[in-house]
Amino acid sequence: MSDSSTLSERAYRIRRYALRMGEVQGQGYIGQALGWADVLAVAYGHAMHYRPEDPQWESRDRFLLSHGHYAIAFYAALIEAGIIAEEELDTYGSDDSRLPMSGMATYTPGMEMSGGSLGQGLPIAVGMALGLRQKNNPAFVYNSMSDGELDEGSTWEAAMSASHHGLANLICLVDINNQQADGPSGKVLGFEPLADKWAAFGWHVQRVDGNDLQAVTRAFDTARALHERKPRVILFDTLMGKGVPFLEQREKNHFIRVDPPEWQQAIDFLDQSQTEGVAS
Amino acid sequence: MSATTEKKPRLTTSAMIASIASEGQRVKAAPFGKALVDLAAARPDIVGMTADLAKYTDLHLFAQAYPDRFFQMGMAEQVLVAAAGGMAKEGFVPFATTYAVFGTRRAFDFVHQVIAEENLNVKLCCALPGLTTGYGPSHQACEDLALMRSIPNMMVIDPCDALEIEQAVPAIAAHQGPVYMRLLRGQVPLVLDEYDYQFELGKAKLLRDGKDVLLISSGILTMRALEVAKSLDEIGVGAAVLHVPTLKPLDTQTIVREARREGRLVVVAENHSEIGGLGEAVATALLSEGVAPRFRRIALPDAFLDAGALPTLHDRYGISSAAITSSVKGWLD
Repeated sequence: MSDSSTLSERAYRIRRYALRMGEVQGQGYIGQALGWADVLAVAYGHAMHYRPEDPQWESRDRFLLSHGHYAIAFYAALIEAGIIAEEELDTYGSDDSRLPMSGMATYTPGMEMSGGSLGQGLPIAVGMALGLRQKNNPAFVYNSMSDGELDEGSTWEAAMSASHHGLANLICLVDINNQQADGPSGKVLGFEPLADKWAAFGWHVQRVDGNDLQAVTRAFDTARALHERKPRVILFDTLMGKGVPFLEQREKNHFIRVDPPEWQQAIDFLDQSQTEGVAS
Repeated sequence: MSATTEKKPRLTTSAMIASIASEGQRVKAAPFGKALVDLAAARPDIVGMTADLAKYTDLHLFAQAYPDRFFQMGMAEQVLVAAAGGMAKEGFVPFATTYAVFGTRRAFDFVHQVIAEENLNVKLCCALPGLTTGYGPSHQACEDLALMRSIPNMMVIDPCDALEIEQAVPAIAAHQGPVYMRLLRGQVPLVLDEYDYQFELGKAKLLRDGKDVLLISSGILTMRALEVAKSLDEIGVGAAVLHVPTLKPLDTQTIVREARREGRLVVVAENHSEIGGLGEAVATALLSEGVAPRFRRIALPDAFLDAGALPTLHDRYGISSAAITSSVKGWLD
């Protein structure tokens, strides 16, 4: 079995866990979870160093979920990584659960920051990257963020800071799905030309299809192997709802409410396409 | 021209920027910077971070002594605060400095979410607290204590003088968790050495006793309260001064014990807006304990304050020694 087919199974399971958590609440940021699953599969299944039994292992690569509302996707990745147990999935968003609807470091093992107030992940990542370098710890800091966070000034303050300090141990992952709370990103606050902006801020930039596992894998490998004393950003163009056609096509898919029978339909679809994909 | 109509020399804002010390007052230079350098020798985990204000927060001394442990974050307070949080996550104890308006007002959500919610070990030390600059509301941090007190996990310190800052630096470094400390920088007055004083986190200290008035104060208003107590002495009024450098957690026990003593007027004096600072904290503590003495307050008004020379402004807003003395006398009559 090739690495990419393993990763495709990982991505499939991440999507499936996310859908099952969505079903617990009847709603959620499912579109983002389906769209970001491939990047998470590569991060936790290929790129990152970590020990599932010891989420605080000093040499681990740090993964900051700046966009706390992607928690449903991230918990799915943590289950796939073996850091939290699959059984906990049923508690998602429930009272006294370790899996609140917005991601918080104080609740969940493997969660490195309390996200949700957008535009804070990258500045924290700058501090952690400086700290790791100070300790001669070769770990990477990955900051996972949404394109909506590009509206926040603090993101660009941090981008400037990271290149000023030559943070080669910082890799920023941006999900460009072009959907924000109030509508398409281009209408909320246009951020293109994005690659040019990051490059102008002194970053090594790649822009790839975030739902093409091979391209995603290559981009992670390139970002890690680079010798330049620069922070690295990977801009991932993703499709909201990826893998479940009726969710891909839903017009308002920033925060999805799904009718009860549709959850099973979505899971059935995923299962079916995965079976076909593996067989082919 | 008669003496009464003679014009006073016109004071300027710029003459007063460097120091809050009054003429002839004993001072020590850069107590924060020196104390941090001293402490850092034994504490390799301490790092210094600033937002383009190292020279103006005395952190430049640390930067000179430990260049490899000093991080210039540029004029970006949100990044300063969040990156300090990131440093703390990696096991360092960052002392992050800027002006109080920027560290509290501007970066509030970052202090709240990045640092306090995870109880991170960041020491946010901010210069120009309250009315200690004549630059107007852009630089006057009259709400900093209210903002920082309202954040869970946050310890809040308002030191009085150079001695207290020297003592507070190792104390807050030893404390596990986030701390907001108001910073006096440059030529800082020295007064508490006359009172055999030792700073303790979370403790209020009775600096002098008196039977008629209890002055409860923090920060530079304790320096003023001590001057006021001396001048009240001269007219036969006995004034006690209870210094409360830690606003949170508040030493309710000591405050209640002193305020419970019969027959004293209780006056709370603070270099902060009348909303959300020491006065409200003390009033709440007293009423919660069933103690209701005669109670008055000295505080900055709920207003955008004027620009100008500090001595003028301290008089105008009632926090100069003369103004406080006059207020207290009026309340005693």
